[in-house]
Amino acid sequence: MPDKLSTATTLPTARASGCPFDPPPELGELRQHGPISRLAFPDGHLGWVVTSQAAARTVLADRRFSSRIELIHQPIPVPGVEKIPRKTRPGSFIRMDPPEHTRYRHLLTGQFTVRRMKALEPRIEQITTEHLDAMEEHGPPVDLVPAFSLPIPSLVICELLGVPYSYREKFQKDTSTLLRLTSPPDERVAAMEAVNDLLRDLVLSKRTNPDDALISGLIRDTELNDDELVGISTLLLLAGHETTANMLALGTFALLQRPDQLAALRKDPDLIEGAVEELLRYLSIVQFGTVRAALEDVEVDGQLVKAGETVVISIPLANRDPDRFDHPEALDVTRSAAGHVAFGHGIHQCLGQQLARIEMRIGYRELFRRFPTLRLAVAPDEVPLRTDMAIYGVHHLPVAW
Amino acid sequence: MWYDEMVRVVGRPKLVEERIMRIEIHRERCIGAGMCVLTAPDLFDQSEDDGCVVLLNPEPAPDRHEAAKQAESLCPSGTIEVVPDED
Ligand code: HEM
Ligand code: SF4
Repeated sequence: MPDKLSTATTLPTARASGCPFDPPPELGELRQHGPISRLAFPDGHLGWVVTSQAAARTVLADRRFSSRIELIHQPIPVPGVEKIPRKTRPGSFIRMDPPEHTRYRHLLTGQFTVRRMKALEPRIEQITTEHLDAMEEHGPPVDLVPAFSLPIPSLVICELLGVPYSYREKFQKDTSTLLRLTSPPDERVAAMEAVNDLLRDLVLSKRTNPDDALISGLIRDTELNDDELVGISTLLLLAGHETTANMLALGTFALLQRPDQLAALRKDPDLIEGAVEELLRYLSIVQFGTVRAALEDVEVDGQLVKAGETVVISIPLANRDPDRFDHPEALDVTRSAAGHVAFGHGIHQCLGQQLARIEMRIGYRELFRRFPTLRLAVAPDEVPLRTDMAIYGVHHLPVAW
Repeated sequence: MWYDEMVRVVGRPKLVEERIMRIEIHRERCIGAGMCVLTAPDLFDQSEDDGCVVLLNPEPAPDRHEAAKQAESLCPSGTIEVVPDED
């Protein structure tokens, strides 16, 4: 058996230039050590990284692996990490295990069913059309990020929760500070506090002035206290904000770079559902994957993960597993990407996935319908990439038509 | 061919897929992700109250066996179990 300590690398994050859609080449090389291999962490911890789709699903479905933040070592160096409190906030169930996780999740699942999300379609279409109208009026070139991909999901989640749109601008600045891995720790803590204060304000105002949106619904139907309501709202706003936004912009970039794929989609609009799944798989915007900590010794594909060790589940590698997907490196809107783990797997699988799917279907469809000649307004290698953000994507996407 | 010959003599063999198939639900595991409804809306629904799965048809017709198995494999929480009905 090789000396694991000396062979373990830290999580490779450098993408090859000219390949904005492909995972870092060195990350892909980890596959040759098997479905699970040793990974060094910036704080000195020696943990693991999972690289196959099957092992990713196994670990994510196994309750012996915990999501609790205080048990998890961060795979990416975060400046001043020791200053950031390693504690799960009340209501932030993405970082909880059962039974706490179950309690919160079950209070919300009724709000995010396929049917409920479908009912939002007309409103999402309307919001999308308004933004495309504004783009048309402005004329080319337009930066697609502030004009289209960011405001649409942002408006939708704000409406769903009952957050007045006036809160949005402030919120957007703070969330991007939070999600930027290189933000100075003091700024991160301040941004978190600012988001929290804003939402506490909001929860208190809903107690006196209820509406028919989600936060008021939770106040009416549950026993959640203010801290929990603030935590849940923060989680939903953060998770619902930049994820879909980055899929919309990065997905547009990818389709513009693959005219054959875009043409196929244009020719047969019914492909859109599958194309959205394929873009989720191919782009895997949760670029550093998700993490778990072993609560007890667990064997995974012949390797013994010891209690307390952190496991990184590489979503980009699982989604390009050659044992699971033919020609995984190719974007193919006609393939079945079923079984991808872009939304995770197991009990934490994305709560907002049905909303995200609808936003993406409508977003891509309407954008390419309204602007059949849409093209990049800069050279592809001038598009600024979000390599330093937990959620991958583009900072700007200048387009013309 | 031998197969056609056999079918003529003993009738078409029941392939595993063509047997009756039962869907079982472990509802306490459901996290309301909705993959089942997306995959097979004729077999699964989500409750209006808690978003958890509602089984619409525990014994799908043979042409829906594939969809039922797909739903089983896509369900993130192991809620859906497809079992061959042996009686
Ligand atoms: C394309 C867009 C999106 C992607 C790629 C995405 C991805 C993910 C992933 C990978 C997880 C699992 C994290 C883990 O296992 O540790 C997750 C969880 C979650 N997502 Fe999303 N997400 C998206 C959109 C949304 C939206 C629109 C919402 C809000 C409504 C949302 C809300 C959540 C929540 C609340 C969780 C935690 C669920 C739990 O712990 O039970 N997401 N998401
Ligand atoms: S796919 Fe599984 S977890 Fe999701 S709603 Fe259906 S049964 Fe529940």
